[in-house]
Amino acid sequence: MDKGFSPVGLRVLVVDDDPTWLKILEKMLKKCSYEVTTCGLAREALRLLRERKDRYDIVISDVNMPDMDGFKLLEHVGLELDLPVIMMSVDGETKRVMKGVQHGACDYLLKPIRMKELKIIWQHVLRKKLQEVRDIEGCYEGGADWFTRNDETHYLGGGEDVSFGRKRKEFDFEKKLLLQDESDPSSSTSKKARVVWSFELHQKFVNAVNQIGCDHKAGPKKILDLMNVPWLTRENVASHLQKYRLYLSRLEKGKELKCYSGGVKNMDSPPKDAEFSSLIHKGETDPKQLASSSVSDPSSDVHMPPKAKKTRVEFDPPISSSAFDSLIPWDDVIEPKPTILYESSFLQQQPLPSQSPYVANSAPTLMEDEMKPSYETCVNADEFLMPQDKNSTVILQDLVDLSAPSVISSNVTNDTETMLRSLNWELPESHHSGFIDTDLDFSWIQNEHFLANTSGNFQNFQFQDYSCSPSLLSELPPHLWFGNEPEEYTLMIDNGLFIS
Amino acid sequence: MQRQVALIKQSLLDQGYLDEQFMELEELQDDANPNFVEEVATLYFKDSARLINNIDQALERGSFDFNRLDNYMHQFKGSSTSIGASKVKTECTMFREYCRAGNAEGCLRTFKQLKKEHATLRKKLEQYFQLARQAGPKETARRPK
Repeated sequence: MDKGFSPVGLRVLVVDDDPTWLKILEKMLKKCSYEVTTCGLAREALRLLRERKDRYDIVISDVNMPDMDGFKLLEHVGLELDLPVIMMSVDGETKRVMKGVQHGACDYLLKPIRMKELKIIWQHVLRKKLQEVRDIEGCYEGGADWFTRNDETHYLGGGEDVSFGRKRKEFDFEKKLLLQDESDPSSSTSKKARVVWSFELHQKFVNAVNQIGCDHKAGPKKILDLMNVPWLTRENVASHLQKYRLYLSRLEKGKELKCYSGGVKNMDSPPKDAEFSSLIHKGETDPKQLASSSVSDPSSDVHMPPKAKKTRVEFDPPISSSAFDSLIPWDDVIEPKPTILYESSFLQQQPLPSQSPYVANSAPTLMEDEMKPSYETCVNADEFLMPQDKNSTVILQDLVDLSAPSVISSNVTNDTETMLRSLNWELPESHHSGFIDTDLDFSWIQNEHFLANTSGNFQNFQFQDYSCSPSLLSELPPHLWFGNEPEEYTLMIDNGLFIS
Repeated sequence: MQRQVALIKQSLLDQGYLDEQFMELEELQDDANPNFVEEVATLYFKDSARLINNIDQALERGSFDFNRLDNYMHQFKGSSTSIGASKVKTECTMFREYCRAGNAEGCLRTFKQLKKEHATLRKKLEQYFQLARQAGPKETARRPK
């Protein structure tokens, strides 16, 4: 048997406010030979997780908990700790499942849960490890053929398929790679400790990003250099950068969604979270509405310019803001203050989002700067007429008003789209953008785990942590898979390569 | 005696009081936890009593905060799936439908029914477990005759 990974003794943390289920799950997991810790409160779970960062391999959590929304917990865990999280619920409504996936869940189980479902949760842990390996590989800047570089052949063990990085990896091969890493003492990927991004560290990160900002060559290496934190590696920075960009993109989407009220489900959130919750609630609308409106009415909110229709439903970026907040070692208290910043900056004619407390600190303009040039260098500039235009404020006001969704022009969606594009992936307009955007968006939500890059110019960056169900993957035609790594984008800029 | 126990269980299943989740629980029972199912059931009835109480109070208030009621019921439903309380689960679903429709009358009616089913199940399971305990651990039934 391969050394390295074994499901036995997998350390699972189960979080559920229902004592009956907690008992049952504990028993079931023990029967799977896992090492189980149970927890009846989300906050307690977070405390446990933070306390001993490497103590657990995977978290299983219920969606509905009194002290904290399961999705929020999910985000905290995903961002802070980078652990795979499985959601559970008695409710299998598509929108809820989608929400789970959007927030980074690597699986969503329906109660009653069966043994067979728990028996295979270890795959998520393994998958995650493999992704980490890829992350690291992906961080090497400069060129698509690094696989053939001598110093990296040890990863491949010689004689491996050079296209390893270009195509979607074979599971076995990935595993092999992982195991090689583990057995190779010189490998930096073996058993790397998780970096906890404390407030200070993140501040340094953001400052560094700001500094580089204008050049918009914010690659992990440069950021790392600027940060001047000796023990931090480029890989750490790269993966954090990736999350940061995703977070920002969610904020952007949240801006859009903020305007949509609609059937607001009353979710239990602590009073402190009120502001964020209200944002969340505002943002969370009846997906059917959104989806159908987006499909049927090109001029309505959720749309991107007619070329690129979003057909997916967007949700809850404020949750991600709060998730980032938790990078500050608070007790998940989401301070109202940042929210206010969010709101006011949002309203004050910020063409670009700058809502997180972090970003707010480092000045909204940073993002703008970072983005503006990117539009210019990117694809067709007209797509990206920055909403520095006059329309912004007006629209924003109307957005908040939310009674007249039709007022919202596609400029707002341009906002999101452009920002996202600048941050992340550039889609050549020559592609069937509508379709691609849909897929891309979808992939963003999914944390793109399954997106592999098959297109030649991209390196094989795997995006975030959580895997998606294979069926989702199969829905994407291979040619639409992109290596959606922010670094790619930077690399593109750096190397002057971008697809146009 | 064992047979009697088995028959009772079968009838509970047949009549729809319990579903296959109950069987799954029995599968989990082992030497380490010989009374696992009964423990789980006890836990369930304790917790669900609390939830029923919450809902009762909410309904008595008369304000009919449907969102809140729906939330409670969501919890209750989740809990009821744990032991496979099938009929109870059905009432839960119906209750939630009424909540979504904003039908206060429907909610009240359904909740009454729910409580009835809940109480019935409790009694039946109590009988079942008592009998099961008397019959002794399942292994003894395999005694060669």
